[in-house]
Amino acid sequence: MMRFLLLFSRQGKLRLQKWYTPLSEREKKKIIRDMTTMVLARQPRTCNFLHWKDLKIIYKRYASLYFCLGVESQENELLGLEVIHRYVELLDKYFGNVCELDIIFNFEKAYFILDEFLMSGEIQETSKQTINRCIENSDMLQEDYNNEWYEVELFG
Amino acid sequence: MSDVVEKTLTALPSLLSLDSQPGSAKLSSTSKLGALIRGITELTSKHEEEKLIQRELASLKDQVSSPNTSMRQMKEAMVRAIYCEMLGYEASFSYIHAIKLAQQGSILDKRVGYLAVTLFLNENHELLLLLVNTVLKDLQSTNLIEVCMALTVVSQMFPKDMIPAILPLVEEKLNHPKEIIRRKAVLALYKFYLIAPNQVQHIHNRFRKALCDKDPGVMFASLHIYLQMIKDYPEGYKDLTASFVTILKQVVSGKLPMDFNYHTVPAPWLQIQLLRILSILGKNDQNTSEIMYDVLDESLKRAEINHNITYAILYECVKCIYTIYPKTDLLEKAATCIGNFVLSSKINLKYLGLKALTYVVQQDPKLALQHQMTIIECLDHPDVIIKRETLELLFRITNAQNITVIVEKMLEFLHQSKDDHTTIDLVGKVAEIAEKYAPENKWFIETMNTVFSLGGDMIQPDIPNSFLKLLSEGFESEEENKKLRLFAVDSYIVLLEGETRNLPQRFLQVISWVLGEYSHLRTDLDPARVMTLLTKLLEMRQTSSETKTWVLMAMTKLCSGEASVSIARSVCEDLSSSMDTVLRQRAHELLLLSQDPALRGQLLPVRSDPEPLEVDSSLSFLDAFVSEALAAGAAPYKPPHQRQEELAQEKALSLEPYQLSLPINMSSSCVTGRQSPTLMSVSSGLSGDSTELSHKGGSTTLKLEGVTRVWGREGYLSKKEPVEEVAQAEIPSPLSSSNQQTGASGTSSNTHSPIATPEPEQQKQQLASSLFVGLGSQSSVFLMGKSDPTPQRFRKKVTTPNSSATERLSASTDPTPTAEDNLLSSNRPESNLVPEVSKETPAPTQGEANGSCNDNLIDSTPSPLQSNGLETVPDTVENDDERPSLCLPAKLVGLPCSEITLLCSTQTVDLSACHVEKDDNVVLVIFISNSSDSGLENTLLQVGAEQLEVSLSSESPLKDVARHSVAVCQYLLTVIQPVVHFEVIGMLSYQSSHKSHEVEFTYKLPLTNFIRPFTVSTEQYGAMWLAFSNDTKQNLNLVTDGQDSLGDTLNVLKGKLNLHIVEIIGMEGILACRLAQDQPCLLHCHIHAGTLAVWLRSPVPDLPDSLLYHCQRALEGT
Repeated sequence: MMRFLLLFSRQGKLRLQKWYTPLSEREKKKIIRDMTTMVLARQPRTCNFLHWKDLKIIYKRYASLYFCLGVESQENELLGLEVIHRYVELLDKYFGNVCELDIIFNFEKAYFILDEFLMSGEIQETSKQTINRCIENSDMLQEDYNNEWYEVELFG
Repeated sequence: MSDVVEKTLTALPSLLSLDSQPGSAKLSSTSKLGALIRGITELTSKHEEEKLIQRELASLKDQVSSPNTSMRQMKEAMVRAIYCEMLGYEASFSYIHAIKLAQQGSILDKRVGYLAVTLFLNENHELLLLLVNTVLKDLQSTNLIEVCMALTVVSQMFPKDMIPAILPLVEEKLNHPKEIIRRKAVLALYKFYLIAPNQVQHIHNRFRKALCDKDPGVMFASLHIYLQMIKDYPEGYKDLTASFVTILKQVVSGKLPMDFNYHTVPAPWLQIQLLRILSILGKNDQNTSEIMYDVLDESLKRAEINHNITYAILYECVKCIYTIYPKTDLLEKAATCIGNFVLSSKINLKYLGLKALTYVVQQDPKLALQHQMTIIECLDHPDVIIKRETLELLFRITNAQNITVIVEKMLEFLHQSKDDHTTIDLVGKVAEIAEKYAPENKWFIETMNTVFSLGGDMIQPDIPNSFLKLLSEGFESEEENKKLRLFAVDSYIVLLEGETRNLPQRFLQVISWVLGEYSHLRTDLDPARVMTLLTKLLEMRQTSSETKTWVLMAMTKLCSGEASVSIARSVCEDLSSSMDTVLRQRAHELLLLSQDPALRGQLLPVRSDPEPLEVDSSLSFLDAFVSEALAAGAAPYKPPHQRQEELAQEKALSLEPYQLSLPINMSSSCVTGRQSPTLMSVSSGLSGDSTELSHKGGSTTLKLEGVTRVWGREGYLSKKEPVEEVAQAEIPSPLSSSNQQTGASGTSSNTHSPIATPEPEQQKQQLASSLFVGLGSQSSVFLMGKSDPTPQRFRKKVTTPNSSATERLSASTDPTPTAEDNLLSSNRPESNLVPEVSKETPAPTQGEANGSCNDNLIDSTPSPLQSNGLETVPDTVENDDERPSLCLPAKLVGLPCSEITLLCSTQTVDLSACHVEKDDNVVLVIFISNSSDSGLENTLLQVGAEQLEVSLSSESPLKDVARHSVAVCQYLLTVIQPVVHFEVIGMLSYQSSHKSHEVEFTYKLPLTNFIRPFTVSTEQYGAMWLAFSNDTKQNLNLVTDGQDSLGDTLNVLKGKLNLHIVEIIGMEGILACRLAQDQPCLLHCHIHAGTLAVWLRSPVPDLPDSLLYHCQRALEGT
């Protein structure tokens, strides 16, 4: 089971956080701090896995953004890497050539995509098409309800 | 989902005209969020950022609290609030508005509202209660998107106590026509299963329906639940093995829709989930394993593409192959596969290869030998993670011959490691193997010194305990004992003479104890000198008062001779005014002792042979004193729990059972109300017995960290905190210096020589030969069944004369038994496997001749719902044809007895059974009636059950059954672990007309058969109630609404479940029962809002949950 997913920049700025077990704010802050320092300190050409307390940390860098996944220790590390990769693919499909800025400015979209992909700390849906359809579907509603405001935002 | 799209499109035709490119929602440059983000990026200092955000938060606060803000603006404000929180600034004023947005907004505002709620609040936040109604409403909505959102939020964070309120609605969604809803519902139930398993106990058979869902996605989702359930109770799901295998076969051969492919690999996540399930099912079970050999072979073959995901599958396959009952050619293939991993140039694969190897060497140490050069290379790998994994592997292959090299490598790593968790773990491992395989005394003491100084105060407490126990109990040879102790004393004197400031407290405690106990062995050592050294410790500022107590105890033992006495006196004068009471007590004792030489001689005779002291733990020698005091009018002693109870009664407000104020199960809401056992009970639903976790320090799970644990089974858990504090400090090793003082030892000179020498290859070869000794040719000898040729050096004495006195120590000292078992088994895999299998109950062979029994198996998983018709409790099985020849043995006639049910029948044999309830156990009577014309020979009946102890009670084992006759076997059943239903599995093998036959059967009996009334008084009940730690609460239906509904209901429970009603007062009643062999369970019932709030407690972990289930059934049935 996955415990958390964090996205942060090369400067250690948090871009997205998702927790699958209840934690206090203090614990979350500690984890975020530990993850950024540990992951950013990793040398090139080392493996993508780390140990943290009783958890396994799987991280991968995509351009300027680090994806960092905390899983229970008996989980399969390679599979964790692919979870990250599929999420990146999903973001890419939605935003079209996704970059860090997309995620900064539209982080709520990134959360919605994640919620369609993972649920209760497990994989829910792996199909890119299906997830994309779900999101697009809701987005279209969004434009309908807010069209003035959104039109300005989208095309203005 | 495509239907959803269609529906939406038709419902909103206006949309079609829009040039909608959802993916193009690029930088929202004009929005306020965009402005905020840009504003932040332009700033240069943290201080400026803080100012900007504070301004932003202030304006947000105004905006959200203004009545004129529209929902749309609110949504936009919420997004900004989320952003500020992500940057680490608190925006708690917006939480309530997030909930409001989720409640009142249109679909899209709602979506942001829900998102904000999940990001802002955690499961325990009080505001979440306000969300329950919204979720309820959305779950009932006809709009699919709303239902989806509600299910997502439910799975993300829903208060545990509120689950019953929405459970029926979520359950209902399992039948929803849309697969996406069904899938989300299954995952939400999975989450419920994780956080509150007993809440979803009754819908297990619904999960089965989800498993058979026509949509593979729903089926996949249900596997998450199945994996958990099978982990908890593998025996119950063996019948599903064939189904899982079939699913995997279909997946592997690409029968699923393309949608499920990931980089051309068919549904990898599904494959891996299935492989995990299979490995649990096939563990130690030959018959079940045989079903899966083919598909595992197929999976290995199919995974060819060079992609991470195929390697992930392969890894899981290999693990499965090595977990289940072994098959030679599969093992070979798996070994090759591991080779590919280990030899890969990709570092991630190498890592996984090492991990797999670590897992596998327990069964096949030779595999490590094959890859020894790679392992050596990994040992010097620049990546610490790889190094760490390699050490883990070495730990598994340690033996008496390679111990020094391996420990040296581990300590080398420890010196560099900065991670506390790693340090604790590794230090424990070094201590474990050092104790087991130490080659000589000096090495052992020095290694342990390093362990203590590196491990610092984070070290697991059983390491020092175990070490001291070893020193004090010693091993067979008295001469060796003395030598070891002398070594310890010498090395500690040297340590104390040097710099002591950096020594961890635990180490100082060990040193004090050893010096106090054994420094007299060194006859040329003046006790006064030791005293002086110890005094130095007392004077150090950083010495904790616990350590000071240890030091004083040591001084007490050493206090003889003029010089020592005067030192002791001066020390005591300082400390007798200490704030710490224990310390003050010790100081006074020492002071008295130092003033009275006669008492000293009497108390501390110089013993040459340390005979263990007799300890009278009942303190009976104080009886006279007590009776005198009582006669003089002193109050009698009350144990702590009784005092606590009385205290609670005095206040008369917060007695536990009265706290139920909400009409639902609410175990966690009483956290604030009570001190001791509730904290445990909150988590007991989650992980059975979670105090164990906190004791192990490192292994605390994340789930529990939200709760500050103050009380545990052993009282106030104060030790944890200082441990964590000290953990921050870096502890340089004082030992390397001390080593140099004592003269260079072999190991220390090795540690300092770098590996990179002119002939690195040769070095590696050397290292390899020293690391892998004892694995090669000899290991094949082990395979033949010989045990380890080198005896453990420190073999603990088997019998200790003072076992009662050392009971506490021995309980904590055994170095983690599981690991030890593993290690042992690595030496002789064959002999390990065989007994385990034969110990297992005769597992079902997927054979012929027993159709009827197999049918029985398929339906026999614990399926609680009556309505579903799956129920196969034996007494409901129809018993149409009378079998006149079956009658109970004379001894059992007259006892409560179930109907005799037919278990299975073949052409020759009918097997029937019934159970008889005796006072302290249950007797299972099995009738073998031979209806054929030939006798049965070599009849063998094997019976077993996972959670029951089964023992044969018939006088003579049956051999032959003559034609047309009945043989009767009796088995005594006693509960090992309570479950809702026990399942006895058996196999009958016999020869009839020179052919061998095997018949399998299962027999189910509910827990209620083991329940006996337990007669206690209300006072006894009260005392026990506080002492028991496992509890469960739930609201049940009342039987009647009449005047005495409580009495009626309790009488129904009494009648059906065999309980004893202790007392009924007003709206409350207490009941008690016990398992047949004396393990009690207490029930507290209380009428509230038309339901019966039942609270169960017991010292047995699973008893309350299981019994609660039967209570529920008993009341539903009326």
